[in-house]
Amino acid sequence: MGTMVKVGMADLNVCTPPDAITTLGLGSCVGVVLYDPNKKICGMVHIMLPDSTKIKNNENLAKFADTGIDELIRRLVAIGASKSALVAKIAGGAQMFAFSSNNDMLRVGDRNVEATTNKLLSLRIPIIASDTGLNYGRTIEFYPETGELVIKAVGKEIKKI
Amino acid sequence: MAEVKIDKMDNLQFDVLKEIGNIGAGNATTALSKMLNAKIDMKVPKIDLLEFKDLSEIIGGAENIVVGILLTLEGDIDGMIMFVLEEASAHRIVNLLMNGLCEPSEGFNEIECSALQEIGNIIAGAYLSSLSKLTNMTITSSVPYLAIDMAGAILSVPAIEFGKISDKALLIETEFGEKDDEVNGYFILIPTLESYGSILTSLGL
Repeated sequence: MGTMVKVGMADLNVCTPPDAITTLGLGSCVGVVLYDPNKKICGMVHIMLPDSTKIKNNENLAKFADTGIDELIRRLVAIGASKSALVAKIAGGAQMFAFSSNNDMLRVGDRNVEATTNKLLSLRIPIIASDTGLNYGRTIEFYPETGELVIKAVGKEIKKI
Repeated sequence: MAEVKIDKMDNLQFDVLKEIGNIGAGNATTALSKMLNAKIDMKVPKIDLLEFKDLSEIIGGAENIVVGILLTLEGDIDGMIMFVLEEASAHRIVNLLMNGLCEPSEGFNEIECSALQEIGNIIAGAYLSSLSKLTNMTITSSVPYLAIDMAGAILSVPAIEFGKISDKALLIETEFGEKDDEVNGYFILIPTLESYGSILTSLGL
């Protein structure tokens, strides 16, 4: 049995089999897994905000969809992944509270998913599976050996995508 | 206006914010105690400057299931106030409030959710009105929003707000509990950075 590599909020990491990688309690944040299926190298980033260019304080690259994904690719390539082979699985981006207003600040889950999708599209990385939106938190685990993303949520069955 | 740099606050600013937490939470605890007709104690408030990745650890870990009641703030202070309860404590509070009319069960039914929202409303009101009196600022709050989920997921909502201005979150956090520890939870006041400045300015700092 390998160890479980933990990725915190606004954090990223990479791993190879037999290890697996996880992030706990994703709410409006989005968990992005990038995976090289040939070499079984994977990485995960837990992003909080859609766009680093709109924010003054942007030193933490893993916090944003745009810089987080770039940085994750850099880390993956550094340990031997091939950039052109990468595929993505994404989860999260929920709206935790049923806000009635259209306040932009409260729709950040949707915006995170949108920004992630656009960023991956511009890099031509295909999203082969996703479980996003709705109103509940998710814990995700990715196993590079099988390429499976396991999603756990409160009061719901465990999902594998 | 007082300039606030979230990771460079001095001791005086810290103490003032702590005192705000103390007064606000004190009033909120009194309101809760009256409502439940039970003695509820409050701990000394803590001001925590936390890395995002440590944030959910304060409430028993990212996967711990909690009840979060959130109100957004408007007026002279922008931000949010959040009231977080352990699931068991939330059941206990609802039961106390409704004189044991609720069946103990998994999850919460509609009436129980509604009761929790109302509790959130009343105690947030008590917290905010004392803050408003102290600072002489107008603070209005939204209706209460409820979510029951993993602590990490619930706390991501305020964390994202902080993410816009900093790599850390500043929480004014007060733990409270009944004598035999059957009710415990946290009040978390989350002003925006500008609002921290206005709060401190209004108090002459």
